Amino acid sequence: MHGTTLLLIEVGALLLALGLLSRVADRFGFSPIPLFLIIGLLIGEGGMIPLEESGEFFAIGSEIGVILLLLMLGLEYTATELVQSLRRSRRAGLVDALLNAVPGAAMALILGWGPVAAVALAGITWISSSGVIAKVLRDLGRLSNRETPTILSILVIEDLAMAFYLPVLSALVIGAGLLAGATALVIAVLVALLILYLALRHGRIVSALFSPHHAESLVLGVLGLTMLVAGIAQQVNVSAAVGAFLVGIAISGQVARSAEIVLSPLRDLFAAVFFVFFGIATDPADIVPVLVPAIILAIVTMATKVATGWIAARRAGIALPGRWRAGLTLTPRGEFSIVIAGLAVAAGLQPQLAPLATAYVLITIIAGSILARVPDTDWFKQRMLARRLPARPTAPAPAG
Amino acid sequence: MESAAPASADTVSGVGVRIEKVDLPGIGTRHDIVTEDGRRIGIVSHRTGERELAVFDDVDPDACRERVSLSEDEALALADVLGASVMLGQLAGIREQAAGLFTEQLLLPASSPFVGGRLGDTKARTLTGTSIVAIVRDSEVVPSPTPQTELRAGDTLIVVGTRPALETLARLLADGTLPS
Repeated sequence: MHGTTLLLIEVGALLLALGLLSRVADRFGFSPIPLFLIIGLLIGEGGMIPLEESGEFFAIGSEIGVILLLLMLGLEYTATELVQSLRRSRRAGLVDALLNAVPGAAMALILGWGPVAAVALAGITWISSSGVIAKVLRDLGRLSNRETPTILSILVIEDLAMAFYLPVLSALVIGAGLLAGATALVIAVLVALLILYLALRHGRIVSALFSPHHAESLVLGVLGLTMLVAGIAQQVNVSAAVGAFLVGIAISGQVARSAEIVLSPLRDLFAAVFFVFFGIATDPADIVPVLVPAIILAIVTMATKVATGWIAARRAGIALPGRWRAGLTLTPRGEFSIVIAGLAVAAGLQPQLAPLATAYVLITIIAGSILARVPDTDWFKQRMLARRLPARPTAPAPAG
Repeated sequence: MESAAPASADTVSGVGVRIEKVDLPGIGTRHDIVTEDGRRIGIVSHRTGERELAVFDDVDPDACRERVSLSEDEALALADVLGASVMLGQLAGIREQAAGLFTEQLLLPASSPFVGGRLGDTKARTLTGTSIVAIVRDSEVVPSPTPQTELRAGDTLIVVGTRPALETLARLLADGTLPS
């Protein structure tokens, strides 16, 4: 009895605090993720306020949070969009993977963490945060800009790549070795292709299970199906998150639109729980020794992300200011980096990965949100004009 | 737009205008039109039904200078106005091209027997050989009205026909009779 009371008080107080913080973040036009992580650091393991009863709630809630994050991502994209992005922006996706995963892997090797941690850190630095970036694009009114499709298709490819990356990582971190990793990859590829095929050709079959007009059955049914598939995927080492993502892709049309609407409050709740739990499980004292590597990694990989966006936008025929906008917008890392770090740490791989990922995500989200706004400043616009205008008068100068 | 070839009535739209469609994964689609003097207009259609009209900057060709959010109804109203004004322009073209064919705006008087009825009730096309191509009501335009379109007092009908036929129609609308 006493336990339940304390649980209510702890969870209630925490959620209230998160709600207020999220409002503050919105007021300043920032993602609330850094604030959620910091709150998590302050409480629990090594923090100032210990948790008595709600630890288990946050642990389970964070599992559901990952599943919901990935499900919503899958719902957001139609199978056609995935296939088209893959077809059109393969090269940009490849450049993105090379430029951004390599610094992460290199840093893990320099720190002497071994090859498996290198794969994990490569993923952490590779994937941009689609959630943060989509919000930035909306908030800054850039949805109609011509570089936006380039940004979005890079995000789509990264998210799709996760469907193949996560199973490999899950197999590697449990120490199953290369062979099991390869098996997991083959299974994941086959399952993902099957789901994509089903969603493209027979999308109606899965969607027909649900009615878009009945909110209650939609919430229960879609969540149930997702958790079921996620559990099965976990069982065969394909990673629960990937299972959830694929369910999201398989559900299409009106059902997907309605499911997005009814599930987004749930996603907001459990995603917040997920970020807080990651902070809870991380001891803030551990961040100090990895702070320097985190800062170096953040600077290097934000620069490589800018380069990624710049190159992709140039290929798409975008002018100079648009290339900068595309590059600077892509810099924040977020939910995926935390998902990857969580997966690796839960399996007992390199405990310093969690504090490093926390510091890294905090830096890139905060710096990235500021950087994304730079192209809207008068200073930037003037610089761009200054670069354009003198080009004409100075051109004939050498002749005369 | 001037062409040496004998122009037909529907050359006004669609000649040399390129509309570009771009997918915005997770958001919707964007359609772009570049006008003759090089300005770019974009329309973002969100999956939620919301529309965004964007006018691009002429200094930075990839950014938009001005954005207007439109609800589904507002987008529909705007499409109507644009559609109708394009059509009226085409009608002006017809007047020049086809000798003997006139466009006239006829006001439907409150005393007309057709007020409150439907356009089909007038049998205008069968009886007079004229074509009612649009109805202007208050500030709204109903382009290409169907026989089911309702008629109200004060409606202005945009009609195409020969001079005598238009006169016949004016009489028909006024008191429901045909001049013998």
